[in-house]
Amino acid sequence: MTKQKAGESSMSEQLLEIRDVTKTYGRKKNEVVALQDFNLSIAKHPATITTVAGESGSGKTTLAKLILGFESLSSGQILFEGQDLSDVNHKQRKAYRRNVQAVFQDPYAVFNPFYRVEHVFHVIMRAFRLADDKPARRKLIEDALNVVGLRGEDVLRKYPHQLSGGQRQRIMMARAYMIRPKLIVADEPVSMVDASLRAAILDVMLRLRDEMEISFIYITHDLSTAYQIGDQIYILYQGATAESGATTEVIDHPKHPYVQLLVDSVPAPDPGQRWDTDIELPSEDELDGFDTSGCRFYPRCPHRMEHCLTHRPPLYVTDQREHLASCFLYDDELLAEVRRETTGAEGQS
Amino acid sequence: MSTERSSNRRVVLDVKGLRIHYETPKGDVIAVADIDLTLEEGETLGLVGESGCGKSTAAMGILQLVQPPGRIVNGQVVLDGEDVLELSNDDLRRLRWTKMSLIPQGAMNSLNPVMRVKDQIADAIRTHEGRASKAQRGERILGLLRMVGLPSRVSNMYPHELSGGMKQRVCIAMAIALNPTVIIADESTSALDVVVQRVVAQTLIKVKDTLGVSMIMIGHDMGLMAQLVDRIAVMYAGNIVETAPVDTMFKEPLHPYSQLLIESIPTLKERKPLKITEGITHDPRDPPPGCIFQLRCPYVMDRCRSVRPPMRELKPRHTVACHLYDQTEGG
Repeated sequence: MTKQKAGESSMSEQLLEIRDVTKTYGRKKNEVVALQDFNLSIAKHPATITTVAGESGSGKTTLAKLILGFESLSSGQILFEGQDLSDVNHKQRKAYRRNVQAVFQDPYAVFNPFYRVEHVFHVIMRAFRLADDKPARRKLIEDALNVVGLRGEDVLRKYPHQLSGGQRQRIMMARAYMIRPKLIVADEPVSMVDASLRAAILDVMLRLRDEMEISFIYITHDLSTAYQIGDQIYILYQGATAESGATTEVIDHPKHPYVQLLVDSVPAPDPGQRWDTDIELPSEDELDGFDTSGCRFYPRCPHRMEHCLTHRPPLYVTDQREHLASCFLYDDELLAEVRRETTGAEGQS
Repeated sequence: MSTERSSNRRVVLDVKGLRIHYETPKGDVIAVADIDLTLEEGETLGLVGESGCGKSTAAMGILQLVQPPGRIVNGQVVLDGEDVLELSNDDLRRLRWTKMSLIPQGAMNSLNPVMRVKDQIADAIRTHEGRASKAQRGERILGLLRMVGLPSRVSNMYPHELSGGMKQRVCIAMAIALNPTVIIADESTSALDVVVQRVVAQTLIKVKDTLGVSMIMIGHDMGLMAQLVDRIAVMYAGNIVETAPVDTMFKEPLHPYSQLLIESIPTLKERKPLKITEGITHDPRDPPPGCIFQLRCPYVMDRCRSVRPPMRELKPRHTVACHLYDQTEGG
């Protein structure tokens, strides 16, 4: 259906492959499409940080839930190391849960306030039978904490409320790392952490990638942190990929009109370079009345064409092979045709 | 938008030595520690700092809205020559909305869910100005909505029918309804998506410029501050550690904490090495003697551990509380 080039490389080279995944909530009239025909792949080597970015309601957290198995797919496939997740036995599922770990947004909510910090490590050790005796357990925890720049004696005997949000989030990273996963799904891991402490967490992600060969799916609404650490990026708009490619390439030279607007709206931390244009949001009327069979960005798009109202744009290759945009502006044939029509049928409508 | 403003404008709000404590079973937490702040006519001041630094509490103190277990220990808040902290409750009610208004944090959840937008705005107007003809008031409400860029049919809608950005703009419309002298906007765009955030922020500034009001913008997003404010005050653990015009603050921040804040802003311009610091802080009930930032400061000296650095004006309109600049004063 889409014109995107399907996985050219063989399955065995991919760590995670998401193929034409759709997730809908509700049924019939109330059906909401949270994610539609979504494709993503992460290579086994080298480890990478793949960003999934988008505004609230764009489907990024739905994606995390699907990967982690918290929700079932409406259609499509998710493959991990070539194995379809809908077709695994108990043992394989447990192995998957070990290989894919999660770090969530709110470092305050994930801890049980009645237990000391060490509890989060003990629970997971028991679940995966990680070490046989106390010294071995202690060493595993200590190693994991050292990777994130903490020391056991400083944090383990404390209660969660005695630690800062940044420390708690690093502990969650340590916990995830302790199991030696191949992939960590990090859903907004720094959005609730103060700016001056964010760097420490982003740095842990970089080090786990480079030193421990752990890949990340980094889910965020914040393009600037993605720009600092991300390798590939997928930008979602209303449940579908608007644009994807190498992070610096996509943010430096955005192709999709939505992504262009998004990048332009990130406030530049430079008082000498202020927004010089006003932007307008479309009225609700316009959003309500539009035909959902066309491009989702149609009501807000400054470059919209008649074709966009009735056709849904697939992902087109733009000037670079890996840089894809879901926009008819990159369909050369269509553009040529539109140009012919407008010159041919001038004054008709 | 000019960022450099002359300093001889009229001061509309003058906060002196404002101190606010929160009572806890183990002693008082010092949320705001003797801060001084001035706001000039038509000026937008950004009050920045990280979560828990006391910026929202300071705003509540200025508005006299501190709720128990919080209490104002001492200080003066002089608004147009009147000390707000000395006023009776009746006088305070008169003053809120007409002289000072608040766009609260999470403003979108502060609207009454069972009242139409026009009735909520009318409520505020009626309380302060008494009865006016329905038609007159209706016209005025539509004017307010127009000013914040909302279509007139919004006035007949309920909050749940509006998007987050629209609700936020209704709150702005309410805040300007009675032509206040000072508007305090507390993190008023932080829960919005970037594109919507930009629309709301631009609305705020446009409205402010049209009406000529002064504004205090509270927030933690330095990028947004760079876009919107004239002057910045940086707060750390209840203390204001530096104030400067926005250009100066971004080009040459003096306080090590301001420097850290500026350096840790991620940009879309270049990939820069991550600046990592430890987040150790003191017990807020028992701040150490000396400088408030000493536990995290990379340049900490002996003097910082015993003597609290006073706030000094090193350059015109640029004040900082740090011992690193002791010599430059020629002392």
